[in-house]
Amino acid sequence: MQVFLLRRTLGFLATILAISVIVFLVMNVLPGDPSVTILGIDSTEDARAALRAQLGLDDPIWLRYLHWIWGAVRGDFGTSYFFRVPVSDLILERLPLTLSLAAFGTLATVTLGILLGVIAAANHGRAGDWLIMLVSQLGIAVPAFWLSMLLVLLFAVKLRWLPPGGFPGWDDPVAALRSLILPTTALALVQSAVLARVTRSSALEVMRLDFVRTARASGMTRGRILGRHILPNALVPIVTIVGMQVAGVVTGTIVIENVFYLPGLGRLVFQSIANRDLFTVQALVVLFAAIVVTTNFLVDIAYVLIDPRLKGRLS
Amino acid sequence: MTTRAINLRIGAFLVIVLSAVALLSLVWTPYDHTMLSVTEKFRPTSAAHWLGTDQLGRDVLSLLMAASVNSLAVAFIAVGVGGAIGTALGLTASACGGWVETAIMRLADLGFAFPALLFAIMLAAAFGPSLSNAILAIAFINVPIFARVARGAANQIWTRDYVLAGRAAGASQFSLTVEHVLPNISAALIVQATIEFAVAILAEAALSYLGLGAQPPMPSWGRMLNEAQTLMYLAPQLAIYPGLCIIAAVLGFGLLGDGLRDVSDPRLARGRA
Repeated sequence: MQVFLLRRTLGFLATILAISVIVFLVMNVLPGDPSVTILGIDSTEDARAALRAQLGLDDPIWLRYLHWIWGAVRGDFGTSYFFRVPVSDLILERLPLTLSLAAFGTLATVTLGILLGVIAAANHGRAGDWLIMLVSQLGIAVPAFWLSMLLVLLFAVKLRWLPPGGFPGWDDPVAALRSLILPTTALALVQSAVLARVTRSSALEVMRLDFVRTARASGMTRGRILGRHILPNALVPIVTIVGMQVAGVVTGTIVIENVFYLPGLGRLVFQSIANRDLFTVQALVVLFAAIVVTTNFLVDIAYVLIDPRLKGRLS
Repeated sequence: MTTRAINLRIGAFLVIVLSAVALLSLVWTPYDHTMLSVTEKFRPTSAAHWLGTDQLGRDVLSLLMAASVNSLAVAFIAVGVGGAIGTALGLTASACGGWVETAIMRLADLGFAFPALLFAIMLAAAFGPSLSNAILAIAFINVPIFARVARGAANQIWTRDYVLAGRAAGASQFSLTVEHVLPNISAALIVQATIEFAVAILAEAALSYLGLGAQPPMPSWGRMLNEAQTLMYLAPQLAIYPGLCIIAAVLGFGLLGDGLRDVSDPRLARGRA
């Protein structure tokens, strides 16, 4: 068990390191001169030279990488060229909103996905099952940003129940939460479609097994059988999909923030592209990729916790 | 008729209709989709303009038809290039084994840490946003997917007797791969490519919507939605049609891929949704 944990942790750290190298290379080696990217092609050679000196761009690439990664480890991602404040300040300022959206989105996705999947499995072959499968098939094909627009059209433009976008800040918690309802819904409706399908097929597999028949014969109620016997055994594929969906939720929040004009990290990354703010984009891409990798790592650990058979095999 | 056959039929129907419309738009659209008209702005559905006109007086149906070519072409190039590189890597991993296989598969694992959007963001920041960068990003995410599928399928073929026979006859790893392994995993690759087509169309739409894909004046469903968003109070219908096109295309390729998989490998269909 310890060996497994150690190996996985080392692999995880190596992956994070590799990601930082790839991102740094793509953003710093391929495009030629970043000072041209930042200042524009009509800038003077003097201005470019001054900027290169200021940003340390004349150093060899490996030295610049070491500078950057050493700073990043200590939470220093350099200074935003556009906002003229440390990138880490920009990130910390916007992180709560993005994390809230991601957390609400994941929570709603998991609840809705598992609930729909279980309902479909419990009604296997009947109208309810058929309907849920049809809707989830559609859900996989619907772009999240388009669903967002439809939600805005219905609940903000027509019914005027909820704001169409923007974020009032956390000072007014009720207004803040209200402005997150539509984004969370859009995120969860699309993401839960896959989860509902996997939950259904996994639950159906378990339902065929002998111990479920035995439990049923012993007079247990349906709800108890479902909660005690079927769901825990159907959990491994479900956790796998939830882990894989985190990449979807992360990219989902980037898209959704831009649809609803929410001032989070997803908005920041697009503003930074428009402002040619390379350091900020670089930090954010590494951060997003690190979130994806970290979640996959945690999912791997979670397998061992939910499936005791694995623990026996590993020790 | 089983549900699987239905999947296959609906998927095939949608894909055929979409391809036909795309081909048709190359030679004929109701109007020139680039033609602007100040007097014909925001027209509702009529006999002259079946789906009305947009904020610049362009015919919406013509725009949607022209954009279908863009969607299909992007998916075709991105999945084609990414799939070919990924397949080559997967086949190499499988044929060589040992540390080469480990190294390639580790690299593939790494590739999964970058969703297409992140990669596109990186390229847009470094080179500026463009459709070719979007295609590159979508192609990139296909490389690890195909590397995994090709290696997994190829590893099974290497254990077959006819490969052993070929080896006994003195064939090299390379000629075994080309003559025996690749033809026998092509079904799995085609199924995967069909499914990835759906993913690519969705990704192109999202990237173009965000301004990282097709640039004006190139017609694209995603970009049409971006423009429609600011006009939602004025002309909500403009936000509806491009979305329906995206759904039809993604659903079509998705169902076709699922259907093909069930037909090509009935064992996988058991218990699967």
